[in-house]
Amino acid sequence: MGRLKYYQPEYECMDYEQLKELQGKRLAETFRHVYENVEYYRKRCEEAGVTPDDIKGLEDLDKIPFTCKDDLRATYPYGLFAVPKEKVVRIHASSGTTGKQIVVGYTKEDLDIWDDCAARQLVAVGADENDIVQVAYGYGLFTGGFGLHGGATKLGCQVIPISSGNTQRQITFMKDLRSTVLACTPSYAAYLGEALHDMGLTPDDICLKAGIFGAEPWTEEMRRDIEKSLGIKAYDIYGLTEVLGPGVSYECAEQKGMHVNEDHFIVETIDPETGKRLPEGSKGELVFTAITKRAFPLMRFRTKDIGVLTREKCACGRTFVRMTKPMGRTDDMLIIRGVNVFPSQIEGVLLQNGYQANYQIIVGRENNTDTFEIKVEMVPEKFSDVVSEIEKEEKKLQNALLNILQVKAKVTLVAPKTIARSEGKAKRVIDTRKLHD
Amino acid sequence: MTVQQISIFLENKPEALSRLTQTLAQSDISLRAISLADTSDFGIARIIVDDVEATKKVLEANDFLVKVNPVIAVEIPDAPGSLNHILTILADNKRNLEYMYGFTGRKANQAYMIIRTTDIPKTEEVLAKAFIRMVDQSEIRNI
Ligand SMILES: [Zn+2]
Repeated sequence: MGRLKYYQPEYECMDYEQLKELQGKRLAETFRHVYENVEYYRKRCEEAGVTPDDIKGLEDLDKIPFTCKDDLRATYPYGLFAVPKEKVVRIHASSGTTGKQIVVGYTKEDLDIWDDCAARQLVAVGADENDIVQVAYGYGLFTGGFGLHGGATKLGCQVIPISSGNTQRQITFMKDLRSTVLACTPSYAAYLGEALHDMGLTPDDICLKAGIFGAEPWTEEMRRDIEKSLGIKAYDIYGLTEVLGPGVSYECAEQKGMHVNEDHFIVETIDPETGKRLPEGSKGELVFTAITKRAFPLMRFRTKDIGVLTREKCACGRTFVRMTKPMGRTDDMLIIRGVNVFPSQIEGVLLQNGYQANYQIIVGRENNTDTFEIKVEMVPEKFSDVVSEIEKEEKKLQNALLNILQVKAKVTLVAPKTIARSEGKAKRVIDTRKLHD
Repeated sequence: MTVQQISIFLENKPEALSRLTQTLAQSDISLRAISLADTSDFGIARIIVDDVEATKKVLEANDFLVKVNPVIAVEIPDAPGSLNHILTILADNKRNLEYMYGFTGRKANQAYMIIRTTDIPKTEEVLAKAFIRMVDQSEIRNI
């Protein structure tokens, strides 16, 4: 543990009632700011019949229209900026999978908020001004590099802005400059772990104690692997360009979900189909509202990430709500017999049970009931000359899937290499239901 | 004394088995014995061949999922009652039979049974004590 327990305890450990009041006040102010300065969004509010006078506190959140990714594309480049251009001091951008750019901006004060959020993450993983932070996220339009860089600088750490790539040099610097905290994507961390061993080194040869990894999905297994190969504790950080960048939420030493920086962002979960707010503890689409930023404060931004929120007391002492790591994307969601199913959940179960992530989901409809089959490639470890042995394994997998998905799937084992290797949803999921005609 | 059996995972569709037999035929591999087991969604082909290593290589090169494990091959007279005799020995000694299948060789009046129990070494012992003749992999070639 570092010298500090919290970076800003007055917020991070704020009494919940007080926090709600603060959020309500900031929400009302920011909504008015956006309404008055963003024509595109004002029109949407007018259509919905909402004015700044209607938004007085947190209880009015439901009345505020959503913002979604398409709105950012439609208003490219400056359409959603809420301050004059001379107030903007930084631009970040992301292209996403569809290729169309989205551009976001920050004022000086916005960058200050971002630095605070990232500094809270660093302190939560045990860092203070004595630490040496190797930022191996990409620097540039991508928010990863600059986000952690800003937080670490503000905290007073020694920052190594090495960016991503040049693996040999990463390891050499780790060793020679004695970096104590590594920040990068989880896949790059795993790669660095392998590279360390390939160079004939062990975790004892470096001084790393913690890693802050985000910007892409990763599993608990991956976390344990990285922790072992680099000899560190690995922490999750969540963020997205539209809302802030890394630091929207951050993991503490408990490693049980990420605390949302609630003095700056209001988080909700909604039913992606109906848009209705869901109670705490239910799985839904994460929606964020920025309540302090000025250049690009999105109101009720739909992330398409699926997660669960909990206000259960965290042993670290922070009172900020915790969110799970995103469990999937609403784009990939299937509704089978009324239950939300995500391919990523199926993938997780397969890997945990010794299968590979080669599977195909087949959904159909018979007698007004959904049929749900998962084809899984057989692996050598599960193959036996005795039928009952294979059936036992098949049953085990079926139960594990039921446990996670809460809806029964028929598992069919198929020969290796018979399912096309493709990232596309088209091949992963075959849905023959015709529900809309 | 055991022989090496090759098991092949098959999907439960007709073309799966014919792809297997075609692959074996194209590589000039002759089967001493074959047994098929299936469920509603998959099947297992179990085969006995002369050259286990070569066969395994051919199958794997053709993307079949294979597994090699020892099974017991016993020689029995091709006469009524001889199979019952073996089964009685196994039952009397509480050997748990997973499956068995038979085949004949070139020798007249002799048949062979492949026996797979949960505990192969114990079963060998029991059969040896009852003076049942077992054959090994090298003998398979001459059967
Ligand atoms: Zn905590």
